[in-house]
Amino acid sequence: MPSNKSVSTAPITQFVNCRILRDHKLQREDLWVREGRILDPEKLFFDEEGYADQRVDCEGLIIAPGFIDVQINGGYGIDFSQATSNVRGGVALVAKKILEHGVTSFLPTLVTSPPNIYHKVLTEVKVHSGGVEGAGVLGCHLEGPFISLEKKGAHPEQYLRSFESGGMSDLIETYGTLDNVAMVTLAPELPNSEKVVRELAQRGITVSLGHSVANLSQAEEAVQHGASFITHLFNAMLPFHHRDPGIVGLLTSDQVPQDRTVFYGMIADGIHTNSAALRIAHRAHPTGLVLVTDAITAMGLPPGRHTLGQQVIEIQGLHAYVAGTNTLCGSIATMDMCVRHFKQASGCSVEEALEAASLHPAQLLGISHCKGTLDYGADADLVLLDDALNVRATYIAGQEVWRK
Amino acid sequence: MAKTKELSKDVRDKIVDLHKAGMGYKTIAKQLESTPAARKNGQLEIDQIHKETKRIPPFNTSKMRLVILEDYDLASEWAAKYIRNRIIQFKPSADRYFTLGLPTGSTPFGCYKKLIEFHKNEELSFKYVKTFNMDEYVGLPRAHPESYHSYMWNNFFKHIDIDPANANILDGNITDLEAECEAFEKKIAQAGGIDLFVGGIGPDGHIAFNEPGSSLVSRTRVKTLAKDTIVANARFFGNDLSKVPTMALTVGVGTVMDAREVMILITGAHKAFALYKAIEEGVNHMWTVSAFQQHPHTIFVCDEDATLELRVKTVKYFKGLMHVHNRLVDPVLSIKNQ
Repeated sequence: MPSNKSVSTAPITQFVNCRILRDHKLQREDLWVREGRILDPEKLFFDEEGYADQRVDCEGLIIAPGFIDVQINGGYGIDFSQATSNVRGGVALVAKKILEHGVTSFLPTLVTSPPNIYHKVLTEVKVHSGGVEGAGVLGCHLEGPFISLEKKGAHPEQYLRSFESGGMSDLIETYGTLDNVAMVTLAPELPNSEKVVRELAQRGITVSLGHSVANLSQAEEAVQHGASFITHLFNAMLPFHHRDPGIVGLLTSDQVPQDRTVFYGMIADGIHTNSAALRIAHRAHPTGLVLVTDAITAMGLPPGRHTLGQQVIEIQGLHAYVAGTNTLCGSIATMDMCVRHFKQASGCSVEEALEAASLHPAQLLGISHCKGTLDYGADADLVLLDDALNVRATYIAGQEVWRK
Repeated sequence: MAKTKELSKDVRDKIVDLHKAGMGYKTIAKQLESTPAARKNGQLEIDQIHKETKRIPPFNTSKMRLVILEDYDLASEWAAKYIRNRIIQFKPSADRYFTLGLPTGSTPFGCYKKLIEFHKNEELSFKYVKTFNMDEYVGLPRAHPESYHSYMWNNFFKHIDIDPANANILDGNITDLEAECEAFEKKIAQAGGIDLFVGGIGPDGHIAFNEPGSSLVSRTRVKTLAKDTIVANARFFGNDLSKVPTMALTVGVGTVMDAREVMILITGAHKAFALYKAIEEGVNHMWTVSAFQQHPHTIFVCDEDATLELRVKTVKYFKGLMHVHNRLVDPVLSIKNQ
């Protein structure tokens, strides 16, 4: 049946026979989409006297908001921290491939690198919407180089830096530009960091604490100055201690301002964090948990040796080590694997598992009015899943971009 | 103007033409001599026009039926089957819509669920059905979960194939409420009148929002709600009396009486006294549902609990007729078999 033409002539799609994630619950409701956004069918019915032009039968599948990956270093042979001749092409390849995992938006992540890499990559990788070509880029995540030497993990030591001359100027000098940057991970115990945290937060860039030996009060101060995320909780930070919980203590800190939430990334691949630790974090602060893949170049590739940043890594099964050591250097689990593992390990509900990969990252980035939800007016970035949470189809702006 | 009820033929023809041109009775009266007698006669004439433009009623005998089912679910099912059968037998088409008057509230909820079930089983289509709801609150935002628009959307319209242009509900947020009421009456007349008006009953015997004391010949208008009604509705507004709307737009008793057939759903012990007043006592404007004792074709569908205040004799008599009543809801050739 054709739609009424009074407000818009754009075609209306109605997803039927599905369960949608809305108001934190899976509900048996139809989902209506027009012009790439979720439509309010009641308004359509009464105000416009309109109805759907086409129906998509979802055959009982779950429709969740598209997943958002805020920490992904590359994949399929592409390394975002390498200045190749075709940076944009590399990002585009990964963007296209991760549609299969239900990811509709992501932050290409750069590990600690020399300034010339940042200067090159940040001018090439721009914020843009997703579509048939691939998931949307919401901006870059710069993990380093202003991090702690003791907790560098797989990051190359020679490129680590501190805030010498006054904070922001070091930052601009290193990165070249802050355009198209959505998140910066830094260690707050570095001197002069609070000015940087404040300035970045004011610019709308998410400040994340990670690769750090900060104690709890240093971390709390950073949060008060504007930090709102913890990069891969438990990894590359001081372990939880009952007299000084360190950064982990932020999950239950009473020094966090009332109107703000501290989010924390978890790599739920079954390797980076023991399930018991995952459960402790989830139970302590369930609404702050953000699933990230921290996927590296080798994600999607067969076992063997590959390059990450300025170093060489080795794949063994689902494990990725710095070549010749036992240091983990990122994961090769995909986002949908992480969602499934998180649900199984934490015993949480389907809704909670899906929100950890969609709503929470959107809230972290301050874009939950248009991403990460199926509320009316939000962008129609969708992932269709079966009950075992396997991805069956992915949609961006209401258009099918991948189907199993 | 003559004082007799009969008007001269050319005046009658003039009124019919003006009405067919879409004018309400007030406008027509202005066109002719504007005396109270003329206006009153104008209304009588409009009634006659309604009779002329209305289709021939499908029944040649007048009937009052009291259909008693054991419980709420069975009563809802009986009512839904009756509506289904009526629509299918009517054979609605693009040139000839079936017009249905609809209620809201907890009583018809089960009936709507059943109708949706029939639709999902492909036994019933609402493609050629026009609906007219009885009422709507004044001043309540349309998107509010307790508005009657929300009720109808969530409990009925979103599950069926009705054309949105054919779903008519009074708009309680418009600036000129009286004009909205007149326009609603006109829409009903233009649709050829209502074939079947389904309604409920309040504990105070009201139909729609025609509270005790309402005129039994009233038309669609703005009403202030009685205290009883506001208290009864408070449970939908968090038991906060201050949040309950105090005014509503409602079809009049006269509007529902104009329908060719009326079906009143009455379930639950708390409605028992109202049912007693409606059918065992006289026609009284304090219990407005009693007006339907004078309608040529009314069906009261109840559950056992609703009959608790009736005389045993009444209940036994009508229960004895259930074998006749049940024939009315036998499956008719549904759309998928046609």
